[in-house]
Amino acid sequence: MGLKLKQSYHHSVTVKVNEQMGTKRGYTFIQANRAWLPKFLLLWVMVMAFLSTWIYKKMDADNKVRRKEVLSSMCDQRARMLQDQFSVSVNHVHALAILVSTFHYYKDPSAIDQETFAEYTARTAFERPLLSGVAYAERVKHSEREKFERQHGWTIKTMKREPSPIRDEYAPVIFSQETVSYIESLDMMSGEEDQENILRARATGKAVLTSPFRLLGSHHLGVVLTFPVYKSKLPPKPTVEERIEATAGYLGGAFDVESLVENLLGQLAGNQAILVNVYDVTNSSDHLIMYGHQNQDGDLALLHESKLDFGDPFRKHQMICRYHQKAPTSWTALTTAFLFFVICLLVGYILYGAAIHIVKVEDDFHGMQELMVRAEAADVAKSQFLATVSHEIRTPMNGILGMLALLLDTDLSSTQRDYAQTAQVCGKALITLINEVLDRAKIEAGKLELETVPFDLRSILDDVLSLFSEKSRNKGLELAVFVSDKVPEMVMGDPGRFRQIITNLVGNSVKFTERGHIFVKVHVAENPKPIDDAKAESCLDGGSDEAALISGGRQFNTLSGYEAADERNSWDSFQLLVTAEALQNDASEKMTVADEASRSVTLMVSVEDTGIGIPLIAQDRVFTPFMQADSSTSRNYGGTGIGLSITKCLVELMGGHISFISRPQVGSTFSFTTVFGRLKKASRSDMKKSNAEDLPSGFRGLKAIVVDGKPVRAAVTRYHLKRLGMLVEIANNVKIAASACGKNGSSCGSKIQPDIVLVEKDSWLSGEYSCLSLRMLDRKQNGDLFKLPNMILLATNITNAELEKAKAAGFADTTIMKPLRASMVAACLQQVLETGKSQPGKGMPNGSSVLGSLLCGKRILVVDDNMVNRRVAAGALKKFGAAVECAASGKAALKLLQLPHSFDACFMDIQMPEMDGFEATRRIRMLESQANEEMNGDTEKGSGRKDEWHLPILAMTADVIHATYDECLKCGMDGYVSKPFEEENLYQAVAKFFKTKPISDS
Amino acid sequence: MAIAALKTQHRNLVQTMFDEGMLDNQFNQLQDLQDSSNPNFVDEVITLFCNDAERIITELTRHLSYQNVDFSKLDSYVHQLKGSSSSIGAHRLKLACVNLRQASDGWNKEECVEAFYSIRREYCHLRTKFQVMMQIQRRIVSLENNQQ
Repeated sequence: MGLKLKQSYHHSVTVKVNEQMGTKRGYTFIQANRAWLPKFLLLWVMVMAFLSTWIYKKMDADNKVRRKEVLSSMCDQRARMLQDQFSVSVNHVHALAILVSTFHYYKDPSAIDQETFAEYTARTAFERPLLSGVAYAERVKHSEREKFERQHGWTIKTMKREPSPIRDEYAPVIFSQETVSYIESLDMMSGEEDQENILRARATGKAVLTSPFRLLGSHHLGVVLTFPVYKSKLPPKPTVEERIEATAGYLGGAFDVESLVENLLGQLAGNQAILVNVYDVTNSSDHLIMYGHQNQDGDLALLHESKLDFGDPFRKHQMICRYHQKAPTSWTALTTAFLFFVICLLVGYILYGAAIHIVKVEDDFHGMQELMVRAEAADVAKSQFLATVSHEIRTPMNGILGMLALLLDTDLSSTQRDYAQTAQVCGKALITLINEVLDRAKIEAGKLELETVPFDLRSILDDVLSLFSEKSRNKGLELAVFVSDKVPEMVMGDPGRFRQIITNLVGNSVKFTERGHIFVKVHVAENPKPIDDAKAESCLDGGSDEAALISGGRQFNTLSGYEAADERNSWDSFQLLVTAEALQNDASEKMTVADEASRSVTLMVSVEDTGIGIPLIAQDRVFTPFMQADSSTSRNYGGTGIGLSITKCLVELMGGHISFISRPQVGSTFSFTTVFGRLKKASRSDMKKSNAEDLPSGFRGLKAIVVDGKPVRAAVTRYHLKRLGMLVEIANNVKIAASACGKNGSSCGSKIQPDIVLVEKDSWLSGEYSCLSLRMLDRKQNGDLFKLPNMILLATNITNAELEKAKAAGFADTTIMKPLRASMVAACLQQVLETGKSQPGKGMPNGSSVLGSLLCGKRILVVDDNMVNRRVAAGALKKFGAAVECAASGKAALKLLQLPHSFDACFMDIQMPEMDGFEATRRIRMLESQANEEMNGDTEKGSGRKDEWHLPILAMTADVIHATYDECLKCGMDGYVSKPFEEENLYQAVAKFFKTKPISDS
Repeated sequence: MAIAALKTQHRNLVQTMFDEGMLDNQFNQLQDLQDSSNPNFVDEVITLFCNDAERIITELTRHLSYQNVDFSKLDSYVHQLKGSSSSIGAHRLKLACVNLRQASDGWNKEECVEAFYSIRREYCHLRTKFQVMMQIQRRIVSLENNQQ
């Protein structure tokens, strides 16, 4: 079995572990892709690098476009300006040409001479800023050369300042601006470019330009502009020949392109940044440079060409602009891209870091979880191991204990007995410890289940108290229990565990208390109702003052007079509680209705002792297993310290909580709450009989006076007596009691006429006049012819001498020893009342005599398989004069009851092996009905009625629940008596059947 | 005088047994049944009870030692013991029996064993007391006979 259990434990553990592992599968996305994380990071970085490059390129391209646009616009601007200025100059030269033709040729004699021309041109030089100077060369044919030379007084010279060789025609300069006066008399036809120019000009009749060349007199590059001047008016559409014929001379000017352009550019903004070249591109294969250096540095990558039109259709020019410097690296784009990249890199890294962190944390978490599962499994395994081992240990231990018990029963020498007893005590201690460990392990393994059965709380408390009665009596401790009236009689819960809790707490208290008291108190936990102080005051009626006087020293209103740790348990609050309940009981109708409504009741249980208390430092680990207050405790008092932890677990299982208040050297008060179910009213009456310990009802209505100086103790005594149905008054001392008796006796006897006076030993001994007053009481009673109330002494422990003294003082022989228990008190009272015999009117003697007359001479069959029961039942019935026969089984009974028989009644046990009581009864009834039918058939009616066979059969049963009773009737029984026999009960049952007969007999 | 002393002793013994909850009211009734016509009644019943109880305890021991406990058998034995102990008024033994019955109803071997041990304990205790009581009783009876 143990093995099987272990296996199932194992199974459950693994299942649990698996389940937990299952929940662990809930990976996050990050966790699932953890291997990809570095790759993700790399990818991210690459994408970002690409992106930033793209951004850079985009920005750079924008820049370049803008640059190009700027360049082209600048270039075009320059070209336009140059062109404009050039054309202005050309126009002016044109105007000069017309001037020359007008004043030189059409006037005769010529209106212009060198001087006029020089002056005019000088004064209009501002009109031709691009021209370094203008000159007029006349067309001179060779035939006319001599005439011309003569006329002018100089010979025609070539460009090289030599007399001109003979040619077809000449073009000697006759007029010139002062700036170019050095070319006077030079033959323009001698210069190659000039000649070509002149020829082209007169052929077209328009301004023509030379290709650039180094100008005479300056070393600048320049071009020469040549304009033809015609002698006569040309026909409207002149041919080339006509033009050549009409040509009179040529007006020319030199453009100093280099300086001109220089000047022009100087006027414009951005001059420095831009590099300008002007080319003559007439010959497309060979560009002739007009301005700028051929091999200049500059940004070769980017250039802009602009066409230039200087008005000569034969010549083509263009301007090429370039930036002086290479395009500057675009820092904005670069930084933007770079920063973008850096930011993205950082973001990527942060994400990566976070992911790594998450992965790490999750790994840790899973690790922890696994460890936790393992630890829990280990814990459960440990508990299971403990449970198993404890169980396995217990079996042999019980063998040992049993054997020891048997050994102790044999003849042993005193030494042997001592040894064996010691061994037994040790064994018992061990068993207790193992049981506790087992309990604890069970609780931890979660295997402890509470049952829910109806039980009587009060009787359980009584039982627990009885367990400790001997110990407490030996130590001289007051041990008492008080259950408030409001606590329901029967509650639903786990009686065993409740008992265990109480046993534990009380056991502890008993162990650690050397003087004073242990007081168990149960009341319904509810919001305390505020009660006037005045009311509380009035309840005290000076009793406490007196108590204080008596002891003379420090006296507390507790059970034993010793100080208790928790002041709340002192008399004041206790009294409040009791009176509050009394008050509430007045208006109880509603209350009970309300109580019924709620399904559960919360009880507050406190166990108060006046022991050594718990040291302050140890108070917070009292409920930890195996922790006693300190190591010296276990040395002095023994024990393992597991009890309280079990108690705590149990209390918590029962839905309550436990706490304590402790003052070292003063005592401890442990309080706990538990929740019990209420019983439904209907079922309550049934259950009560079957489960509760039956208290004898014979004392119902008896009146008692309790004489006790200590109100708490008196309340406890009253509680127990009340449970027996007695009416109780409390007197603070004997004197008051005596006067109460007397007064009631004489004047208003109806109110209280005590049947019993219970005197607490302390109260009796403390009053010096006690004996006297008792005697007085006696006398008074005798004198007034009132029956003497039974005086009973209550004592925790009593010496023989004291006992003698008490007897002498008129107390009954029986002393009620504390701790009080209702059943024990009942037994004692019964003893006293019986020995007193002074009490008539009690049911029992009456009952037995009647019973005697009822049963006398009757033949009764007792059927019970239990020998002892049989014997007892037989004994009881025999006592009342019945002739009893016994049968050990249903079959035997059937045999005896074969008709005809002479039995008057049959008491039948219900639960029997083979044939139970029901079955036996059914068969008996069957036999009887057969016999009756036969008889009826034989003898007609007449005598038949009376002699009809019907044996009264009474069930004997231990559980008297309704179902059983119904079953009894169903199978033909006539009634039942509860087992064990009680005379009253027996009488009631028997009376039904025998009433008529005894009367007729007697 | 000796008889009186013995009777006191007897009464005290019974009283302590009451106080400890070993006996209940039923025992009083049992004692009531004993009179001159039936002087050995209590003695007789106690002897019967002890024999019966010992038999049952032996049976219980046997059954509980089995690997598979027959709880119904267990229950019937305990029922017998409970019956006889309640007849004789052995209160605590009866309580122990109730515990065992509850345990066996719950098919809980562990608790059964536990309860059984408490039964055995209670019984041993009870028997010791009963033996003393019977010895006293017998001496009283023999002294009374001598006197007569």
